[in-house]
Amino acid sequence: MSIELDGKSYETDEEGYLVNLSDWNDQLATAMAKADGATLDENHWEVINFLRDYYEEYQIAPAVRVLTKAVGKKLGKDKGTSKYLYELFPYGPAKQACKYAGLPKPTGCV
Amino acid sequence: MADFDTPALKPYPVIPPIEIGVMAHSKPYVAKPEIQQKIGFPGELVDNWQQVAIDKMGELVDNSRALRVFLDSCVKCGACTDKCHYYLGTSDPNNMPVARQDLFRSVYRRHYTLAGKYFPGLVGARELDQEMLDDWYSYFHQCSQCRRCSVYCPYGIDTAEISMAAREIMDTIGIGQKYCNEIIGKAQTIGNNLGLPQPALLDTLEGLEEDIEEETGVTVRLPLDQHGADILLVTPSADFFAEPHVDGLIGYAKVFHQAGLSWTISSHASEAANFGMFIGSYDNMQILAQRIREAALELGVKRIVFGECGHAWRVAYNFLNTLAGPFDFLDPNYPLPQHICEVTYDLLQRNALRMDKSANDDKVLTFHDSCNVARASRMGDFEGGQFVIPRAVIQASCNHFYDMPAHATKEATFCCGGGGGLLTDDLVELRVKGSLPRMEALKQAVDDYGVTHMAAICAICKSQFSKILPYYGFEMDQVVSVHQLVSNAIQLGGEH
Repeated sequence: MSIELDGKSYETDEEGYLVNLSDWNDQLATAMAKADGATLDENHWEVINFLRDYYEEYQIAPAVRVLTKAVGKKLGKDKGTSKYLYELFPYGPAKQACKYAGLPKPTGCV
Repeated sequence: MADFDTPALKPYPVIPPIEIGVMAHSKPYVAKPEIQQKIGFPGELVDNWQQVAIDKMGELVDNSRALRVFLDSCVKCGACTDKCHYYLGTSDPNNMPVARQDLFRSVYRRHYTLAGKYFPGLVGARELDQEMLDDWYSYFHQCSQCRRCSVYCPYGIDTAEISMAAREIMDTIGIGQKYCNEIIGKAQTIGNNLGLPQPALLDTLEGLEEDIEEETGVTVRLPLDQHGADILLVTPSADFFAEPHVDGLIGYAKVFHQAGLSWTISSHASEAANFGMFIGSYDNMQILAQRIREAALELGVKRIVFGECGHAWRVAYNFLNTLAGPFDFLDPNYPLPQHICEVTYDLLQRNALRMDKSANDDKVLTFHDSCNVARASRMGDFEGGQFVIPRAVIQASCNHFYDMPAHATKEATFCCGGGGGLLTDDLVELRVKGSLPRMEALKQAVDDYGVTHMAAICAICKSQFSKILPYYGFEMDQVVSVHQLVSNAIQLGGEH
């Protein structure tokens, strides 16, 4: 599978996650969201950027609690909840946000 | 939401009329060659796959008397037909346990019984051809190996064993399931199913320590790789990552803290789950179990305690000693392995913990018995301990607890719908439909007793319910960890 954007083709796995993490760019994230019928606003980008920073440091997506805490610190305590993250990413912050951020899908009993 | 209809909740269980082949399309993604090869299987379908599969089947029935007896002894009495949650939720007759077994049994008959060799048509013996292989791949990934059917089988035939054997044969010819096999590879190289490296684990645990201190004012440690600790906690990596799992992990930490027990998590064995069991692969199961032994030796612990994980407890309780023993370096005064619920229960029995049950007064609880705990293991030193002990821990933590109906609890418990290596998004239709019997039982407890939350002691169950509860009109956070309730109620500080 792949995503086509501006005449270029980007390889993805069966579920639409990028195979080569270095392929990622802003437009690709927007295109992936669009394919799911979603539009990314600044709140989505806060999360996506945090995920990418965290991944760069730890080679793994942050735990849900790490993410909510970071969002809470940045955007205010009322937004530091998984409920808020699920509003932003209804398919689950860990999975849907990782996809748009170009990170691998979290695996395991999650 | 996906393009299928969520079954309607009925006021009482109904056995649905059969709908042939309605779930034949349900197949998980096939593992890519690199995933397969990493865990010792051929990368893709081997050329002479039929012969390889039949040979492997022969090896399995030769090595397991149980498997051979299960294949030989079915009398088609029909007692199992309405016992599988996947049949009840999908109406596909191949999800009746006897029909699922027969996909395997008919091939076994063709090649390993006299009648089947000479008169295949008379005894329902069939070849393992492409069509049969497709059915195997589809329907042996519609069994969560929960063993509910075996409780009702007069011969005790265990469909889980047959499913495991079928998956092992498919892996041997190069057809594996992506979800399970990718995870097994990750756990073997990084130490856990999620692929959390040590620095990420450390960061996560430190964050939890901060949270606990902020919330309670008490410093509660979640130590990682601490040499000389008494207890090694082996818990599913979902406990570090997901909700409500992490609230359970906080609960274990508070119990250890308050009881004054020295403990540690290991980054080398940062996973309780052992997906090797789901694919019937002894070799892979052993590699994962060995990591626990290595960590225990390296850290010099005296005890091993398992966190809330259903099939991990089955593997630990039944097989740990065979897979990775002897554990003669541990303290013989403690059971090996020990479940976190046993630890907490023992402390409660000795009045070593102070609990404020009113901390959970905002909830009315029920308990989902996880299949691998309920039907494949035990807790404590008395019969039925696996039913009594988690309930006792819950009831010590809250004032309002009610059981779901008897046909859906204890040894009759229904699977959450996502066990046995099926907790993956490519099987979401199966997962939603397969959870129907559990959802109906929950609904009854909600209607009869005003139940608001369902507690569970398995990472898969918790993730599965978080995902599928909304399909049935519930909220995702209505599933909680058992030790989350403990965490809310336990009184920290004061005398130990």
